[in-house]
Amino acid sequence: MYSNFSFTNQQTFFQKLRSIDYLLLICILLVGSISCFAMYSTDGGEVLYHTKNHAIRFALFFTLMLVISFINIKTWFSLSYLFYGVTLILLLWASLYGITASGSQRWINLYFINLQPSELMKIAIIVCFAKYYHRAQIHSINKFTNIFVPMVILIIPIFLVITQPDLGTSILIALSGIMVLWLAGINVKYFVIASITFIVSAPFIISFLKPYQKLRILSFFNPDRDPLGAGYQIIQSKIAVGSGGLYGKGFLKGTQGYLEFLPEKHTDFIFTLYSEEFGFLGSLLLLILYAIIIFRIINIGMISRSYFSKLFCYGFASSIFIYIAVNMSMVLGLLPIVGSPLPIMSYGGSSMLATMIGFGIVMSSKIYNNQIIS
Amino acid sequence: MISGGHDTGFNKLKTINRRMFIFSAAKAVIFFGIVGRLFSLQISENKKYLTLSDKNRLRETRLPPIRGEFKDYFGNTIAGNLKVYQLHVIPEQVEDFRSLLIRLRDILKFDNKTLSKIFAKKSTQKPWETIVISENLNWDEFSKINFYLHELPGAKPIITVGRSYPYGESYTHVLGYVSQASVNDLVNNKVIKDRNVPGLRVGKSGLEKKFENELIGTNSIQRYEVNAFGKRINQIDFKEGSKGQTINLTIDTEIQKLTSDLLRDKAGSISVMDIYTGDIIAMNSSPSFDPNLFLYGIDEKLWNSIKSDPLNPLLNKTVSGLYSPGSTIKPIVALSALENDVIRPDKQVKCEGKVEMYGEKYHCWKKKGHGFMSLKNSIKQSCDIYFYELARLLGVDRLSITAKKFGLGAKVLGEYFENEKEGIVPSTEWKKEILGQNWYLGETFITGIGQGYIQTNPLQLCLMTAQLANGGYKIYPKIRVGQNQKSYESIKRIMKENEIEAREEAKEKDNALIKATEEFLKVDKKEHYPLYRNPENIKFVLDAMFKSTNEIYGTSYSSRIDDLKYQFAGKTGTSQVKRITEEERELDLDISQIPYKNRDHAWFIAFGPYKNPRYAMSVLVEHGGSGSKAAAPIAQKLMRAVVDRHEERTKRNIMV
Repeated sequence: MYSNFSFTNQQTFFQKLRSIDYLLLICILLVGSISCFAMYSTDGGEVLYHTKNHAIRFALFFTLMLVISFINIKTWFSLSYLFYGVTLILLLWASLYGITASGSQRWINLYFINLQPSELMKIAIIVCFAKYYHRAQIHSINKFTNIFVPMVILIIPIFLVITQPDLGTSILIALSGIMVLWLAGINVKYFVIASITFIVSAPFIISFLKPYQKLRILSFFNPDRDPLGAGYQIIQSKIAVGSGGLYGKGFLKGTQGYLEFLPEKHTDFIFTLYSEEFGFLGSLLLLILYAIIIFRIINIGMISRSYFSKLFCYGFASSIFIYIAVNMSMVLGLLPIVGSPLPIMSYGGSSMLATMIGFGIVMSSKIYNNQIIS
Repeated sequence: MISGGHDTGFNKLKTINRRMFIFSAAKAVIFFGIVGRLFSLQISENKKYLTLSDKNRLRETRLPPIRGEFKDYFGNTIAGNLKVYQLHVIPEQVEDFRSLLIRLRDILKFDNKTLSKIFAKKSTQKPWETIVISENLNWDEFSKINFYLHELPGAKPIITVGRSYPYGESYTHVLGYVSQASVNDLVNNKVIKDRNVPGLRVGKSGLEKKFENELIGTNSIQRYEVNAFGKRINQIDFKEGSKGQTINLTIDTEIQKLTSDLLRDKAGSISVMDIYTGDIIAMNSSPSFDPNLFLYGIDEKLWNSIKSDPLNPLLNKTVSGLYSPGSTIKPIVALSALENDVIRPDKQVKCEGKVEMYGEKYHCWKKKGHGFMSLKNSIKQSCDIYFYELARLLGVDRLSITAKKFGLGAKVLGEYFENEKEGIVPSTEWKKEILGQNWYLGETFITGIGQGYIQTNPLQLCLMTAQLANGGYKIYPKIRVGQNQKSYESIKRIMKENEIEAREEAKEKDNALIKATEEFLKVDKKEHYPLYRNPENIKFVLDAMFKSTNEIYGTSYSSRIDDLKYQFAGKTGTSQVKRITEEERELDLDISQIPYKNRDHAWFIAFGPYKNPRYAMSVLVEHGGSGSKAAAPIAQKLMRAVVDRHEERTKRNIMV
């Protein structure tokens, strides 16, 4: 939009404070507290390791988010490629020297935290693309170079993550990237061609999957095939959610949770535990909070003057949505089991860090929504 | 102006906003999809998943039911329960089965053979089925296991109840024994199947088996909450089962124990019955075995030795053993002859030790012969020649009617013992039907002295004696104390009334003699109906039995008791096991010179006290030789004990 009025870039601290999106902030805080209660429940009603760590991390990264918010969006714009580059190096490092846990080499030991660079990459790819397309002109977007370079930017991290191996995260990175490409205005025909290619080559790709991954896909289509093995997670998860009913079994009274029937109840299946204890109404509340968060982020994108902010906000909102949708569909038995955390709710420092960085940049876009980046 | 886009910025914005709008629409659809899924799981299918979740977390354990007890007439427990300490393991719940067992072996000190047996058993059953490692731990072992329990994950020390038979082998043939439920038990009895738990013991024979469904009781049920690894977290509730019914028997343990002593080292049987109430006071078969051996699974060697014992300890001879009654049938033959007016009691027959009839030689047990005999004397001295003549005049068919009326040829206790035999009371019709042959007159002669086809079990002879001794009235033998037990006095009164009625009827039909037997057959089935036509005939036979025991030359004179309190009447019997050849008869061997298997069975039937009879008994000593030497002395001792217990029993009667 054209703006005929002149303004100074300089805002006072109070002006900045005023222009924070408080609804978004409150929703994030609410989801954060819900996640702490859920964590408390996984610890069996005591403040133990998981609860403590999760609460500390939330507090820490929430502060980090605020710090990021108050720094000019221009700074983040200029640091975009660096962020992507550093994350890529960390990803390489993880592949070479990373810590292996449960058959996958995806963590770097930073002494104070075990960092999972693939989680950071989920944000880095959006930031990177946002900057790339900020510069690109509309008529050149569908040129070969403007498609080829982003493809390289996208495929390198996906390849690194897939070889860790971590199918879930790599799918999420790919989805995030593709969505930004779509938003940036790449011709629809490319997406159509890519989809057709993917569907045709799907059987070929499946043959490259690890046996346990094939099993997961098979047991998604028929969980009762092996109820104590591959189908166990889906069945138990559905039982937990379904037995919750309208009002839930009550806080700390989810039998599926405290009797250890739920797999991965701290991380990917945290929603199941929450849903068992708080029922349909509780789940609906959480979903609405997430919806408000996404809606606010889109809103911030709409009022941002810079294309970078706009694309980042739209991309990030879509990604957050995808994370939530994939995680929930998975625990509700609508999708095969792939490792994907629920933003803020799931236990895990890197995921929380990445999400909070994202929120920070969004908030910075809000505060500096009139900032023009050239 | 939007930066970065220069002049084309407007198009770029249009694209991104349009595409974001498409996205948002897609998001809304997916959002409602997820909400819909949540709704279907949590609201529509809530019941189903709630059930599944309860199925996940709740486990039921059924505890073995507590078996009802057996009590004797005086309330003494003759089959009870005792605490048993056992060690169970469920292989599924054990991480390392092998090392657990080796650790257990070191603690309990069992040998490697037992160890390999357990492994063999493990491989044959499902991993969630319980393996009983040790059936019967003593208290030391049990507390040791509990002490080391923390290092024995998966081992389950369990307190359960076992069966105990305080009187050991005395009651084996009456009660039977219990043992682990077999596949057959589960298939044949639904009640057992429904209440089965590992280690459940069920009745395998005798009354334990007969009353299984009453004795078994119901399971207690424990409900536990378990976690995903099957570990018990806490008990939700406990439903107490009910103990099985207590069953009261009519047997007197004092007498039962005595019968065991009297039959020690012999093969044989003793039955004692109340001649009015039909209560079985003792019922024993020898040899016996200790039923407590079966509680924990009997070891094979011992079991084989019991099975292959030639004296057949597994056979309940009292109801399942069939023998020729020998001379003990004579009172019935005599009664039948009198009832049918075949002879007059003073008819004389000369006994010369043997007689030739229709070209065949028949012998009396007394080689020199008895000389001239009357009917009474022939019973008293058990003269065979007289009874050949009597049987010839009477015919086998009329004899068989009388014999059947007094309880031969039919089950005495009916449904109580599944192996109870009916025996055989032959008749011309029977032979035609079963053997397809015509009856020979010679067979009538030997039937008259209780040989040949006729077969009875000891309890039948006891019942026969009882029904003679009470004056010839029907009684209903029983071994279980019933709900409305009739007293001796009321039964006696019914019998008295029936006698008066019978005498009046007899006067009316004095001339219709031929009809009489038919009349007996369709006698009205009122309680304790008379089995005779003329009560004087019964009196005659009882008097003859009295003389047989209490007068000189009587066959059991040497076993008499002169004390009026105990004085009894009886009849000996000696039943041949094989045909005696002429040469053997000439040799006249002493019993010790005959091989055991060929020796005669010794019988004695008796009732007493004579003045006012209350009890009847039958004694059988297999291959014991003559009834007067082997069986009558046992009856003499037994009669004293039975009469001595009479007062106690009457007192108990009042209490019941």
